[in-house]
Amino acid sequence: MRKQALDDEILLNIDKPVRYIGNEVNSIVKDGAGIAVRFAMCFPDLYEIGMSHLGMQILYSMFNEWEDVWCERVFSPWLDLAKLMRERNIPLFALESQDPVKEFDFLGFTLQYEMCYTNVLQVLELSGLNFYSKDRENDDPIIICGGPCTYNPEPYADFFDIVYIGEGEVSYRALFDLYKECRNGDSFDKRDFLRRASHIEGLYVPSLYETEYVSEDGVLSSFTPLYPDVPGKVSRVLLSNLTGACYPEKPIVPFMKITQDRVVLEIMRGCIRGCRFCQAGMIYRPLRERDLEELKRLAVQMLKNTGQDEISLSSLSSSDYSRLPELVDFLIEYARDNKLNISLPSLRVDAFSLDVMKKVQDVKKSSVTFAPEAGTQRLRDIINKGLTQEDILDGCSKAFLGGWNRIKLYFMLGLPGETTEDIKGIARLSERIASLYYELIPKEERRGRVQIVTSTSFFVPKPFTPFQWARQGSKEEFLEKAHIVNDEMKAQLNHKSIRYTWHDASVSVLEGALARGDRRLSKVIVRAYENGACFDAWTETFKEESWLKAFSETGISMEYYTARERKPDELLPWDFIDTGVSREFLRKEWENALMGKVTPNCREQCSGCGARRFNGGVCYEG
Amino acid sequence: MKVRVRFSKLGIMKFIGHLDVMHFFQQLLRRSDIPIAYSSGLSPHQIMSFALPLGIGLESIGEYMDIELTERVSSEEAIRRMNLNSVNGIEILSFKELPEKAQNAMASVSAADYEICPGKTGFTADALKEGLSGLFSEKEIVVLKRTKKNEQEIDIKPFIYEHSVKEDGTVFLRLSCGSVNNIKPELVMGALCKYMGAAASDTGFAIKRLDLYREDILKPGEVSGRFISLDSTGEPIK
Repeated sequence: MRKQALDDEILLNIDKPVRYIGNEVNSIVKDGAGIAVRFAMCFPDLYEIGMSHLGMQILYSMFNEWEDVWCERVFSPWLDLAKLMRERNIPLFALESQDPVKEFDFLGFTLQYEMCYTNVLQVLELSGLNFYSKDRENDDPIIICGGPCTYNPEPYADFFDIVYIGEGEVSYRALFDLYKECRNGDSFDKRDFLRRASHIEGLYVPSLYETEYVSEDGVLSSFTPLYPDVPGKVSRVLLSNLTGACYPEKPIVPFMKITQDRVVLEIMRGCIRGCRFCQAGMIYRPLRERDLEELKRLAVQMLKNTGQDEISLSSLSSSDYSRLPELVDFLIEYARDNKLNISLPSLRVDAFSLDVMKKVQDVKKSSVTFAPEAGTQRLRDIINKGLTQEDILDGCSKAFLGGWNRIKLYFMLGLPGETTEDIKGIARLSERIASLYYELIPKEERRGRVQIVTSTSFFVPKPFTPFQWARQGSKEEFLEKAHIVNDEMKAQLNHKSIRYTWHDASVSVLEGALARGDRRLSKVIVRAYENGACFDAWTETFKEESWLKAFSETGISMEYYTARERKPDELLPWDFIDTGVSREFLRKEWENALMGKVTPNCREQCSGCGARRFNGGVCYEG
Repeated sequence: MKVRVRFSKLGIMKFIGHLDVMHFFQQLLRRSDIPIAYSSGLSPHQIMSFALPLGIGLESIGEYMDIELTERVSSEEAIRRMNLNSVNGIEILSFKELPEKAQNAMASVSAADYEICPGKTGFTADALKEGLSGLFSEKEIVVLKRTKKNEQEIDIKPFIYEHSVKEDGTVFLRLSCGSVNNIKPELVMGALCKYMGAAASDTGFAIKRLDLYREDILKPGEVSGRFISLDSTGEPIK
């Protein structure tokens, strides 16, 4: 009989017990023999969110291919179960073995968004582990993390033993080998292990650095290693060539319908576009494509091994994949023969993509999406969004003539250099598109009203982007901007064809504080958690008061992190990380932004960002 | 050709709901290369129907699904492939071709057998025996039956076809089920608990469905009163 961490009575009394039982197709159960490293990999959110994440499946598959490693999964228990676990003293467990997390050698988190930080604390608490690395025992699991949030690990640095900066494929083998070596014999010395781990490329051990500030509430004045052998800079690691890299040919198939209930084919990493607000576009450079033939083989294998009926392409900008037409043709044919569906997110709208979309989806039910991000060309030049009004209107015309009458538009409010004209421009562009439909499509051919769905999010400046120095708007400013858009919408002729929604402003501001925070924020995160914050990424559970109270109780100003433009020479908390893209390049891009000067994409012309040193990808094309 | 598949759902798999079971089988059939037929139309779906949803928390060794195939595949081969691609707890037990005119499982199911272990309830075999015989000596067994829309009091006694208690305290029930008079075993056990003076909400029983039946129809409009296992319709495919 298989071990069950939760008894029947509990499983019958919680929402969606299927989240907690494991046993899915392609999940991996190993017997204890020969396992030297037990790794609990945690996505600190609900099962259905975490299981939709490709990165976790890649590492799960790679780790489990190693005979001496057994990697299992852990997710955040929803509030109903978390409460029962506390009441009954049930420790958090991994899905495969159902063993307590505390018994593992490693507990690894993937940090995909700032609003999951309190969930990390929930996982630690339910596992019976102290929040701060300095308070944990020598034999507690090594707590490590990876993911985009590691490009500023400082707000949570005090909780982690190791922060992995870069692509997981590269340095884990070296880390596990070191761990085995240090575990060999009776005495394991965690401090010695961590010290040696800091020599492995891409690994940052926060406890080995000391920070000083000009004053208690002032800027960072120094960030220094405690020992001469600990590197002062931590370099991001990455695969310079994706061909032949490990890929989950047998991804786990959840029983429940999850957010991304489909096979995911990662066609490339990185992006050539260089939008100045986009962190992913900077920290994943250079663009590296996977081999076409390999992708075809992987697609077929994964569909066969999972039995799933849908495949989706994944990348930051699929239209930039150089072999896209061949890949899409292949998939369309395979899907037709096998009664499968294809989903193609992040395609630039043009004749080719509309043609493809027509083949793979029902025009009547689907919509065409644009992300102009800003309402005027002037502001789009500031953010280096290489999408002109002409491109948008041309794409919309083609879509309307092709039979679509639903257009989705995504914008940001609060971008650097934004004026009232730019804000109103969002409404005017929406109106321009709506009226285009009525100009273009004769009355008798219209299927009802055109539907323009416009939504705005609030700009959050992120580390390692040209806007990392920028001031972020306040909640009040954000809401005022949203109201300007809303009022301007109402003044438009076709306002009945346009629906406008905007994001929660308080979450965006908090995200901004955490994104560019420093080590002083760890106590705010702990305090917010103690005040009841958890599942902050969920609208129904986000409690702003828990956070505001936490800032005031710890005497830390949120505005210090958000509403302040950084000086050019300020030492930023994340400056010790070397992503490959130089600070000089980012600074030059910030200055170009202020001048409204556009920078060409990587395929048009190299701008010398620094990523060329990784010896691969688009930097060496052609 | 039409095929009836019998499968079990045991252990931890009892926590998978009916929709997830359907989702699982759609994928299992594709993983196992079973030549399943698809409906025509814009979004084709597999032609598949289940006899009777099993509640979350119940085990079963008598679950049925009817499917339609486009090509012949031998029972042995189909069972082998499906079990190879299945998970612990869900096992394919039979795979049989249905006669063309056979009614599908969902339409014909009319009775189900259940085996109920006292589990964590702490009831002894003697207590259960005494309780059951007492309960059935009553003129009627009235319970509150909840549906999505409303709740109503009904007498379930006529729909409990058989009942007994084994030496070890295991209760056996044969209950009416299907589109009319669908009686869940929890309902009967709740009535029993109430009769015995225990909390009616007691959910400590471990319930396992053993099999599903259709009524033996002699000729149109005339039933024999006997039940035939859904597994007895159809022949193994060579």
